[in-house]
Amino acid sequence: MNILKNLLFQLDRRIIYVAIALAVTIPLVFHFAVPLNPSPIVQSLFDAIEALPPESKVILSFDYGPSTLPENDPMAFAFARHLLTRNHRIYMMALWATGERNLDYTIEQVIEKEFPGKVYGVDYVKLGYKAGDEGLINTLFKNFKGMYTTDGHGTNINDIPMMKEITTLEDFDMILNVGSGRPGTKEWIQYAGDRGNIPIGGAVTAVEALLLYPYYPRQLKGLLGGLQGAAEYETALISKYPQFGITGRQAQVYMGPQAVAHCVILLLVILGNVSYFVGKRRK
Amino acid sequence: MKKRIPLIIIFCVGTLFVLAIFLPFPPFPAMEGEVSVWFDILKGFAFVLGGGNLIRVTADKIRKGHPDRFYLWVTLVGFFGMLGVGLLQLGGPIASGGDFTTEGLWFRRIYDGIFAPCMAAIFSTLAFFVSSAAYRAFRAKNREATVLLVAAFVILLGRTPLGNSLTAWLPDFLSFLKIPWLFEKILMYPNTAGQRAILIGIALGIISNSLRLILGVERSYLGGERS
Repeated sequence: MNILKNLLFQLDRRIIYVAIALAVTIPLVFHFAVPLNPSPIVQSLFDAIEALPPESKVILSFDYGPSTLPENDPMAFAFARHLLTRNHRIYMMALWATGERNLDYTIEQVIEKEFPGKVYGVDYVKLGYKAGDEGLINTLFKNFKGMYTTDGHGTNINDIPMMKEITTLEDFDMILNVGSGRPGTKEWIQYAGDRGNIPIGGAVTAVEALLLYPYYPRQLKGLLGGLQGAAEYETALISKYPQFGITGRQAQVYMGPQAVAHCVILLLVILGNVSYFVGKRRK
Repeated sequence: MKKRIPLIIIFCVGTLFVLAIFLPFPPFPAMEGEVSVWFDILKGFAFVLGGGNLIRVTADKIRKGHPDRFYLWVTLVGFFGMLGVGLLQLGGPIASGGDFTTEGLWFRRIYDGIFAPCMAAIFSTLAFFVSSAAYRAFRAKNREATVLLVAAFVILLGRTPLGNSLTAWLPDFLSFLKIPWLFEKILMYPNTAGQRAILIGIALGIISNSLRLILGVERSYLGGERS
C-alpha cells in the first residue's frame, strides 16, 4: 500500500529518468520500427517533388546542428534519395555553420553509397556554408554567384557544369530546407519563396513545425514535422520506390523509441493528474 | 554632432532600403543587391566582434576569481584551440581550399569527436527533464490549464502510432473523434490562428520600430536617452 502511495504522490524523479531511459534504449536495441501513413501535409510535399520535371534544379539547405541530428538527418537523407531518383540536380548549402558537416554526412551516407553513378558537379554540388542568415538569402536572390564564388571545396563556381545556368535564386525550381530554428524555413519563405514565387518545402523539428503551419499550403508546399514527418515521408518514398525498403527507414527506426517515450510521458501526465485530484479530495 | 551624423546615416540608409524594395526601376534593384552583399560582408565581421566579446567577458570573470573559473578556462581553451586548429588547417592537405570538413583535418576530428557528441548529449537530456516536468507541472488546476492539457494530450497521442490505433475502430460518422483527425485540426486551426496573430503582431512591431529608427525617434542604440 505504501509503495502505491509513494508511486502516486511522491514519484521519485530517478524512477522517471530510468523509465525514460528504458523506453528509449529498448526499442532502439531491438530496432522497433514504426511505419506511418503520410499525413496530407507530408504527402503534399512528396507530390510536389514528384511533379517536378526531370533535371529540375533544387536547393537543399542544411540549417541545423548536431543537437537535432536524429530528427533532421533522416529528412535530408529522404530528400536526397527522392531527388536523385527523380534525376533532379541538388545544390547543397547551409545557412548554419554547423550545417556543412551534416551536408557532408548526407553525401557520404546516401549519395556516394546509394547513388555511385551520380557525378559531382553534374548531379549534385556542395556549395557549403556562408554567413549572413536571411541577409544571405536576400543576396542570393539577386546575385547568387556574388556570394558563392567557389564551391565548398574551393573550386571556381564557373568551372562547375551545373552552376552554369544559375545567376539568381529565381533560376531554381524548388527550395527544400531541413532546419531546426532560425534562419530556416520561415526565412526561406519570406526572403525567397514569396518574392520569387519559388516553391518551398520544409523539414523541421517537431517544436519548430507548429510555427510553420500558417504558411501551409500557399507559401509552403508541404512540411515534415519532426521525426514523425520524416517517417511518414519515408513511407511515401518506399511505397513509390521500393528499392529504399531496406536502406531508407532511419526515421521509422528512430520513431520506435520516440513512440514508446511519448507513451511513458502520457502515462506520467495521467499519473500526475490522478495524484493531484486524489490529493485535493483528501484535503 | 556626435549624434546627428549617425541619425542622418540611419535616415538615408533606411529610406534607401525601403525605396530599393518598392521601386523596380534602375538604379534601385541593382543597389539592393549590392548593399545586400555589403551586409553579408559586415555580418562576417560580427563573428570577430562576438569572439572578442566572449574572450573579454570570460577573461574578466577569471581575473575576478569567479567560482566557475574552471569552466571559463575550458571555454577559452576550447575557443582558442578550435580557432588555431581551423586557421592552421592542422592535419590536412595544405591547400584544402578552406573546407574545414576535409577528411583527416583535426578540426573535423574535434568536431565529430567532441563537439557533435557533446551537443547531442546535452540536447538529449531534455527528454528526462520534460518527462519529469510532465509529471509534476502538467495538471488540470483550472479551466485554462485543462484546455492546454487536453490539447497537449491529443497532440502527444497523435504523434504516436498508439493514437491511430486507439480510435481506429470508431465508425466514419464519428471520425471527428479520431485522434489523427483531432491532431490535424488542432494544428491547422487553433494553432495556426494563434501563430498568425503572433506573426502579424511581430511584423507590425518591427515596422513601427523601424520607422522610429529611420525617423530618429528611437535613439537608445546611440547609448543615450530616448527622446
